[in-house]
Amino acid sequence: MRESRWWVLSLSAAALMVVLLTLHMGLMHLSGLMKVLGVDPGDVRSFAAVMERGRSLAQMVFYLLFLGAALYHGLYGLRSVLLEVTPPRGQSVLSGLVLAVGLLAFAYGAYVTVRTFTG
Amino acid sequence: MPERTHGAVGAGIVNVTVRVSRFHPETDRSSGQQDYLVPAGPGMTVLDALVYIKEHLDGSLAYRSSCRMGICGSCGMFISGLPRLACQTQIRALGPVVTVQSLPNYPVVRDVVPDLEPMVTHHTAVRPFIIRGGEEQEHPTAEYLQTPAELDAYLQFAYCIKCGLCLSACPTLATDPTFTGPQALAQAYRYSADSRDGGGRVRLGAVDVSHGIWRCHLAGACTEACPKGVDPALAIQLLKRLVVADALGIGRRHKPATVAPPDPQAQRRPDIPAAPPPTVATGNGQKNRL
Amino acid sequence: MAEAARRVQSGPPKRIGVRGWVYAGRYGLDRYLYILQRASGLGLILYLFIHIYETGIRLRGEAAWSATMALFRTPVFIVFEFVLFAGFVFHALNGLRLIFAEMGWLLGPPTRPVYPYRTSIKRHRPWVYALMVLTGLFVALAAWDIFVLLD
Repeated sequence: MRESRWWVLSLSAAALMVVLLTLHMGLMHLSGLMKVLGVDPGDVRSFAAVMERGRSLAQMVFYLLFLGAALYHGLYGLRSVLLEVTPPRGQSVLSGLVLAVGLLAFAYGAYVTVRTFTG
Repeated sequence: MPERTHGAVGAGIVNVTVRVSRFHPETDRSSGQQDYLVPAGPGMTVLDALVYIKEHLDGSLAYRSSCRMGICGSCGMFISGLPRLACQTQIRALGPVVTVQSLPNYPVVRDVVPDLEPMVTHHTAVRPFIIRGGEEQEHPTAEYLQTPAELDAYLQFAYCIKCGLCLSACPTLATDPTFTGPQALAQAYRYSADSRDGGGRVRLGAVDVSHGIWRCHLAGACTEACPKGVDPALAIQLLKRLVVADALGIGRRHKPATVAPPDPQAQRRPDIPAAPPPTVATGNGQKNRL
Repeated sequence: MAEAARRVQSGPPKRIGVRGWVYAGRYGLDRYLYILQRASGLGLILYLFIHIYETGIRLRGEAAWSATMALFRTPVFIVFEFVLFAGFVFHALNGLRLIFAEMGWLLGPPTRPVYPYRTSIKRHRPWVYALMVLTGLFVALAAWDIFVLLD
């Protein structure tokens, strides 16, 4: 009964990301709309703004959670697509590869986040 | 009979070109196509056209058919871009050239005859029968009780005629032969949702694998292809609900249907004689109820 | 009747392959949505890897970061940003619909099949149309923001 748990986890990550990614996209890419709604975040992508955001604990936790959810959901989907073109013998190898890539990407992203936090 | 341009409704013969895929496994390495000109009257089906071709034009054509009325599931073919039953497809609805090929995602035996073994293998693997432990299954005494509502929960999916069109339509099966397939998954649901069945966990465990139910992504092509309205896509999504509920340990566990109790008030009508004593010894030694 | 039969060409192999993923042909709307969900998902995960790398540029100091941000303000990248957002909106809304549909909700109960069959996929269509309207709305809003307000 194991595969259903991974799938439910992917859906949970998806549901979480609908909220988080909408906020992230809105803040980062749709500043015009945000101003119309009365929120003015300023120049979100300037170096100063990025580093200042990165130094708050809440932001660090948020980013780590967000990164984990996004990588898990995305790579679960990628594995789903690739499983359908992989012969049966290669399927566990594929899962292992995808896991490895995911862990590497998470490690790098977490490193960047924590380095920004600690300055 | 006057000839009319194609598309006209009503009486008259229209000449339709039927482009049939030909393949002889002993001699050919790949399939070729052969055109036949068939005079199509009103109401003629693609199967009628194939019969005409075999009788008048080319006796070497091979196809599979039986009931010619859409209930046996033998004549599944890939006709003009969709998997359909040849006996249920009006040839004049398809245009001046009708292509007939063997069902995709199955090996070809000959011409337009598919080898349905993939469907049969997957179907067998989901254990498509009522599983009840104990004496009752081996030596049944009476019928199981089932309400009409319990029947409606699975009856739609029991109408499957095993024609195999859904496996041809499925995009996952286009690349992945290990996928269980919509027919087998729909039957897995049909038995898991049957209140008489007690073998749910075993069956659900068999489909809860990465190449089982989770390779379905609700493209809905299987439901569109199904000629009997069985709606395998619905069965598969309902099965996902069962699998997840079982894996997470939530949801109500129904006890399997009980056996109908003997009716203490039942009596034989006085003018009906009693049954004669059995002349063949039955294995279980069960007595008759009345 | 030899003139009624003539050999034309060789046919395709029996398993459709990856073409079966991208070709929806005469199948219904849901098959196209399946294709788009796959395509947008693959695009998004590819972008995620690039994005993780690109946000790490901040560790190289302000000059490198500002140069990267300046690059992202060029027209090609602005258009790409819009396409990315459109892909995300579609994938997210379609994904939300799929979460419910794949748990057996929004599809209707099993019914007795009486011809002409009204399948669960057909009964589900209103949700697909709602999804398309919402997607169009958000993409239009994003287009207004990215190309009108900020350009």
